[in-house]
Parts: sequence; structure tokens; C-alpha cells
Amino acid sequence: MMALADLQIPGALVRLVVALAALAAFVGVNGMLLVYLERKVAGHIQRRPGPFEVGPHGILQAVADALKLVGKQLVTPNGADWLLFWGAPVVSFMPVFLLFLPIEFGPGLYGLDVNLGLLLILAFAGLNVVALCMAGWGSNNKWALLGAARAVAQSVAYEIPLLLAVLAIAAMAGTLHLGEIVAKQGSWPWQWNVALQPVAFFIYFVCSVAETNRAPFDLPEAESELTAGFHTEYPGMGFGLFFLAEYAEMIVVSAVGATLFLGGWKGPLVDGVWWFLFKIYAWLLVMMWIRWTYPRVRFDQILNLCWKWLIPLALLNLLATFVALAVV
Amino acid sequence: MSAPMFKPLVEAVQGLKSLVVGLKITGREFAKPQRTVHYPRQVVGEAALKGYRGHIELVPLEDEAQTPRCIACMQCERICPSNCILIKVEKPAKTAQPAEKTVELDAVTPKTKRTEAMPKEGGRKKVTSFHLDYTLCSLCGLCVQVCPVSSLRHSENLYLAGPSREAFHVDLLARLRSQPQPPAPGEGPRGGGKPEKLAPRKSFVNKDAQGGEGV
Repeated sequence: MMALADLQIPGALVRLVVALAALAAFVGVNGMLLVYLERKVAGHIQRRPGPFEVGPHGILQAVADALKLVGKQLVTPNGADWLLFWGAPVVSFMPVFLLFLPIEFGPGLYGLDVNLGLLLILAFAGLNVVALCMAGWGSNNKWALLGAARAVAQSVAYEIPLLLAVLAIAAMAGTLHLGEIVAKQGSWPWQWNVALQPVAFFIYFVCSVAETNRAPFDLPEAESELTAGFHTEYPGMGFGLFFLAEYAEMIVVSAVGATLFLGGWKGPLVDGVWWFLFKIYAWLLVMMWIRWTYPRVRFDQILNLCWKWLIPLALLNLLATFVALAVV
Repeated sequence: MSAPMFKPLVEAVQGLKSLVVGLKITGREFAKPQRTVHYPRQVVGEAALKGYRGHIELVPLEDEAQTPRCIACMQCERICPSNCILIKVEKPAKTAQPAEKTVELDAVTPKTKRTEAMPKEGGRKKVTSFHLDYTLCSLCGLCVQVCPVSSLRHSENLYLAGPSREAFHVDLLARLRSQPQPPAPGEGPRGGGKPEKLAPRKSFVNKDAQGGEGV
């Protein structure tokens, strides 16, 4: 009894646990929703209905898919490195919760009040590359290895212009705290950072598509060349975790993008969570629209685009930002 | 500054423009109505099936829905590259009138006059069974082309399914006798391109011909 009374639970810890639980639910629900939405968008662009049979208008299709994945036997391929092979999906999925913690969803609605929030997200987003690398190496499969090699080259290359674009915003706002960056923007579109930094926005958008390994930059899992790339050998929920992590990362990049460039939870008329969710989903829909419009680029094209165009452009943009900051 | 320096920049701007054009196209397609039908509940409309080349079927005489136009010339059986047609014929009695003249006439006269010119019984070779092994058929359409009296055509039977190989061995003559006749092309009420509610369609496989094996 005495032990219980003495036990002081710090408020920050309670907040963290509640936030993690809420975020787990958020990621799970939105992941399923995005899978459904992706297939619906793909269907309508190709003038077919998309999933339609499971539940009204197929809304339970993602649930059926998830149940199927959970029910599958977990097979480890011959000659695979057990630890790397099964560690990879976990390493891919676990940091996702960390990425959501510093994001401010609404006024005061965040998991962790950290003044280096942007840095935290950018640092842990890089962990995904390690996971892909582990998966490719541990699978003992040539396609997986090729996919992983591509993933590493692509992710490392695109992190540079991404960071440079984000740096321009951070320099303008004078902070890495996501809440403060939102606070410095206004409610109307012309008061958002995108109006001041359109080039950085463009670079960030292209890099966000490339960093999440989505078409037209989906070379690590190019179906037509590499079967499924790094997750070729993964059965059931091994693949499921990679899949969920990919969609969760899509939400993260669009949430960070909305925070940095589109005024976060601020919007015309009434500020609030709804604006943030609206912006995230608008961003995600554009990403899906792009995926079902463009064919996959070749590997040299993807790296040329990064090293010859985006990085010089991002550097110039950063330089112009610094000059403008020094002059004004 | 020389022009070659600007070339990559111009190309980049043009490339970006083409990306927007691509997005516009898919965006417009997204808003358009769907082209597919919800299969188990709807089927493709008959107008949309025009020109669809399903398995072959026999064309009946105009005044006799149960009798095929076939004159048993065996040309389809001979030309079939997959040997999937097998015709059995009953020869007419020797006492009947010579049929050569009418057959010759058939090859050139329009279909409408045919029936009048042709004596229905006696002088004519009679098909007793027209067996099609659809598992071998490659739908090349040579039999339809070669038929001198247009007694063969591609059916519009889109929804084929069967539990066994034997389900696709079919006597087209028996099928003709039991099938409801659709209106000839160009006449009668036909749906637009719109999907229709699923009506009970005549199965490809004829129950009488297959001894209840059909689908």
C-alpha cells in the first residue's frame, strides 16, 4: 500500500504512453484507410470501380487483406540470416511511432514537446534505409539484394535535397520546433511558408515521394524487374509490416510537409485538427494521383535528377534564403 | 550566353509541363464514368458485344428456327486447323431429285431466296450432328469465312464456364434446337452500350446433348 502511494508517475510519461497508444491506433486505422483509398484512386483513374465486393463499396477490403496476411504462415527462406531477416520489418516499423511524436496535430495536440522535433523526425526516418538494407541482405535473394542496393542509393541521395529544403524553412522560422514553425505561419494560404518558399516546397515534395519509395521512384520494389525488391521473400505479416511502415511514412512526410509549408493545423475561418487532417489527405491523394499517372523512371535518371537538379536547386534556394534573411 | 547552355533548362521546363499534362489526363479520366460492369450483378450490354467472337454457332433458316442453313458441304470441317469440328451427315435416298443444281445456286444467291430454292426433304444431305470440341478451338474464324451459305457465326456467348473438359464438347445442332433465337442483327430491340441486369442466359453447354453434364 505504501509503495503504491509513494509511486509518483510523472505526467510526461503518462502523456507519452497515451500518445503512443493513440498514435498506434491512428497509424493502424489510417494505414488501412490509405490502402483502400489507393486502390479506389487507382481504380477510378483506370475507369473501373476498384474494390467493391467486401462490404458496401468494398470498404472492408483492407480488413480482409489484413486478416489474410495475419493468417499466413511465416516462412524463412533457405540460407537466410534469421536475425536480419526477421529484424528488418520490426526495424522498419518501430521508428514510425517516434516520427509521429513531435508532430503537432492541433493546438496543443502533440505527443512530445521537443524543441528539436524536426531533427528527430529526419534522423529516425533514416532508419528505414537500414531496415531495407537488412531485409535485402538477410533474404539471400538476388532481387532483394538489388532492391536494397537501389533503396540505399536512392534514399541517401534524396535525403540531401530534402534536408536542404527543410533547412531553408528552419532558417526562416529560426527554430526546429514543429509547433513554433506552425505558430509563425498564418491562417490564410498566402501566410503559409509555401508562398515564401515555393522552390523548397517543390523540392520537398519530390523528395518526399522518393523517400517513401513510391512511384515513379519505386525502384527498390520495381515489380517488373525485381519481383518485389527488398520484400520479395517476406511472407504474411513480415510483408505486412513493411507495407504498413510505407503507408505510415507517407503520412509522416505529408504531415511534416503540411506543418512546414502549409500552415499545419491553421487554416481559413476555423483553425483546428480538421485542417491538418485535410491537408495530410490532400497531400496523400496527390501522391496517389502521381503514382497512377507516371511510369517508373530508370535508375540513372532518378540519381541524375537528384544530383544534377535538386541538390543544386536546393543549395541555390538555401543561399537565396540566407541572403534574404541577412538583408531583411 | 550561348544557346546550348540553356538547352537543359528549356528541356527541364518542357518536361515539367508534360508532367502537368499527364496529371490533367489522369485527373480527367478519374472524373469520367466507369467502363467496367459489376459482373455478378450486371452483364455487358448486347450492343457492346457486337463483333465479339465467341465460340461458333449454327445459323438457322429464316422460317425454321430449329433447322440450320447448313448444306453439309464439310468445308468447315476440312479447313479447321485444330480439327475441332466433326459433322455427321445422312445421305439422301438415290430416288430423290438431283440436288447439285440447288446447291450451286446456294453458293451465290442471297440467303432469303435459298429456302425457296431448296427442297427441304429428299434431295438434300442432312446434318445429323455438328460436334464442336471447343477445348481445341483457337477462334481463328476460318470455318465462318469458308461457309458458303453463312450457316456459321460467332456467338456472343461471353460467360463460359464448365467443370470439366467434356463440358466444352458440344453438339451445335442440339444447341440450336434448344436455344431461343435472338433477333437478327440490325432488327429488334437491342440495348445500348449500357450494362444490363443479368438475365438467365442460355448456357453454352446443352443439357440434352451432354446428358446432364452441362453447366
